[in-house]
Amino acid sequence: MTATNGQTTLSIRDLHVSVEDAEILRGVTLDVPAGEVHALMGPNGSGKSTLANALMGHPAYDVTAGQVHFKGRDVLDLETDERARLGMFLAFQYPAEIPGVRVASFLRLALNARRESEISVMAFRRLLLEKMQMLRMDPKFASRYLNEGFSGGEKKRNEILQLAVLEPELAILDETDSGLDIDALRIVADGVNRLRGSDLGVLVITHYQRLLNYIEPDRVHVLIDGRVVESGGKELAERLEAEGYERYGAATTSEDA
Amino acid sequence: MAVKDIEQVGLDTYKFGFHDDIQPVYTSPKGLSEDVVREISRQKDEPAWMLDFRLEALRQFERKSMPTWGADLSRIDFDDIHYYIRPQDRQARSWDDVPEDIKSTFDKLGIPEAERKFLAGVGAQYDSEVVYHSIRDDLEEQGVIFLDMDSGLREHEDIVRDYFGTVIPNGDNKFAALNSAVWSGGSFVYVPEGVRVDIPLQAYFRINAENMGQFERTLIIVEPGAYVHYVEGCTAPVYATDSLHSAVVEIIVKEGGRCRYTTIQNWSTDVFNLVTKRAVAYRDATMEWVDGNLGSKVTMKYPAVYLMEPGAHGEVLSIAFAGEDQHQDAGAKMVHAAPDTSSLITSKSISRKGGRTAYRGYVQVMPEAERCRSNVECDALLIDDRSRSDTYPYMDIEESDVAIQHEATVSKVSDQQLFYLMSRGLTQEQAMAMVVSGFIEPIVKELPMEYAVEMNRLIELQMEGSIG
Ligand SMILES: Nc1ncnc2c1ncn2[C@@H]1O[C@H](COP(=O)(O)OP(=O)(O)OP(=O)(O)O)[C@@H](O)[C@H]1O
Ligand SMILES: [Mg+2]
Repeated sequence: MTATNGQTTLSIRDLHVSVEDAEILRGVTLDVPAGEVHALMGPNGSGKSTLANALMGHPAYDVTAGQVHFKGRDVLDLETDERARLGMFLAFQYPAEIPGVRVASFLRLALNARRESEISVMAFRRLLLEKMQMLRMDPKFASRYLNEGFSGGEKKRNEILQLAVLEPELAILDETDSGLDIDALRIVADGVNRLRGSDLGVLVITHYQRLLNYIEPDRVHVLIDGRVVESGGKELAERLEAEGYERYGAATTSEDA
Repeated sequence: MAVKDIEQVGLDTYKFGFHDDIQPVYTSPKGLSEDVVREISRQKDEPAWMLDFRLEALRQFERKSMPTWGADLSRIDFDDIHYYIRPQDRQARSWDDVPEDIKSTFDKLGIPEAERKFLAGVGAQYDSEVVYHSIRDDLEEQGVIFLDMDSGLREHEDIVRDYFGTVIPNGDNKFAALNSAVWSGGSFVYVPEGVRVDIPLQAYFRINAENMGQFERTLIIVEPGAYVHYVEGCTAPVYATDSLHSAVVEIIVKEGGRCRYTTIQNWSTDVFNLVTKRAVAYRDATMEWVDGNLGSKVTMKYPAVYLMEPGAHGEVLSIAFAGEDQHQDAGAKMVHAAPDTSSLITSKSISRKGGRTAYRGYVQVMPEAERCRSNVECDALLIDDRSRSDTYPYMDIEESDVAIQHEATVSKVSDQQLFYLMSRGLTQEQAMAMVVSGFIEPIVKELPMEYAVEMNRLIELQMEGSIG
């Protein structure tokens, strides 16, 4: 429980989550201290996105036991938007499409939702352009409809744009690297690294070492069948890359829920 | 900006539901009779032909049966309605001359301000009569006429007589017949050849009295190569009893002319809104109906374009929003009466809290109207499981060399969309309003900026308290 500022940003204790009465997470315990980057790895279907969704309060994900604290607050009885305004952010594995809603107008509303006073239209435009430049995004994206017709990589980049504009204190990146080309991967990683060192805690969900070469994690956790079975330093990710998950007897779905 | 508006307004109810205590100078007794019709005509000092037109319409009204399709109209009690209420004696040309109590109504609705900012002319109707009217001087000098219908008849009887009732005959349907018998107010617009009115003319319709029937009558004539955009807005107080609004709008667009008619209908939810709107478009003319239906208890309205000569183009863009106890039965009618004509219908409806919307459309292609194109797209969005949406697309195609397309979708706001937006800090209501405003965006972006803002604001107000 040591952190740069002595305070744990995210603390998950023995979390059990069910979807449609099937238990997917079976007691997850995990801390992401402020200022640290943690990687969460694990085979397909092991429950990584389930954890991400449950942390953000998706109504379809039923928390049956356990606790989640963020900045010292119990967040499990908070609505999704309240968690967001508290500083939590999820970059989605599959971002939803919102036809007819422009990226810029959506982001301005979202930014204002977490500010005391409203940002002026001009100031917002400047901020948005600056962040888009940082992510080497065509300014035209600002007036496109949110995720509609975006390519896979464009959707991911758009998620990171939102991260950069909203400046949360905890970012959960759910496979943000998949679908990104090599240049985009580097740009996204640069973006995250630039925000690093502040109080931002990051939980990176990924299948690949490649991203972790750019965003070096402080800790790596392995999720198998809804449980964290091992945690370690960045060398753990390298080992997983070489050996896979076989040693955990994984990739079998559990029937013993 | 959008969200702050909601907070500033701070209302979860109908914002325009107030009423003002006005002593009208004349109120006809409840119920409809030949005496009532004669008295209206007498008070207006009309020519005999108009009285005859009214009396013939009354006979048609009595003969016609109520429509048995569409919405439930059984609650309308024709004997419990005042058909004519004259709020004041004279019409004002300046807001200063409008009686203080009536003016304050329009002040609350923001009309004088809008006029100063972005309108070429304004008409304001209060119950049965137009109480204020103005038009920009330069347009008047170019021969543009923008008057209330009664003044139009008095001052330009020759033009009115040529066109009045030619697009919608007095026996067209029961409610058109009713309007033809007791009509009062509405607008008369005449745009001379080649004149382009670059910013909108707006008419504002307000029902103030209880158990009131408002029957305005609008006639727009667009001469060859001319252009006009006419906008109407409507509100009414909230009473426990029902009111009836039954307008007739006739439009003639001549060769190469273009007319756009925008409605933002926001009646209170005790108004039966049964309106007949029809335009004829001649060679290379364009007629566009932009129709936003947010209020009323029941709306039945199907703006029509008769495409009379080659090159004519008709469009209907409509948005219908039905909340609790509301039934919006709206749509469009396109009649391709000549070759090489085209039409486009885009309809977007939103239902929530058990509200009901229907798209009812009719596309007709007459024999030998070759190479016609028609495109119909209607999309319905359901906010919850209790609400309902139906689609009735009728087609009557009597020519084989045509290109007709029809597409209909029904969608729901998905949990995934709401979760996504809320995960960025938007409340559930904001998220819902955002999905809805995105849904209607293809139509809203066609509106002048001021109306687009107004439309989005009304949608947000509608969405308040819509969750759960
Ligand atoms: N909304 C849902 N409805 C039904 N089943 C679900 C739902 N969400 C997750 N599951 C199930 O829960 C299990 C874990 O899914 P999850 O998406 O969390 O896996 P993951 O670790 O993110 O996998 P991947 O690496 O493929 O993204 C899977 O068996 C999945 O089918
Ligand atoms: Mg996943």
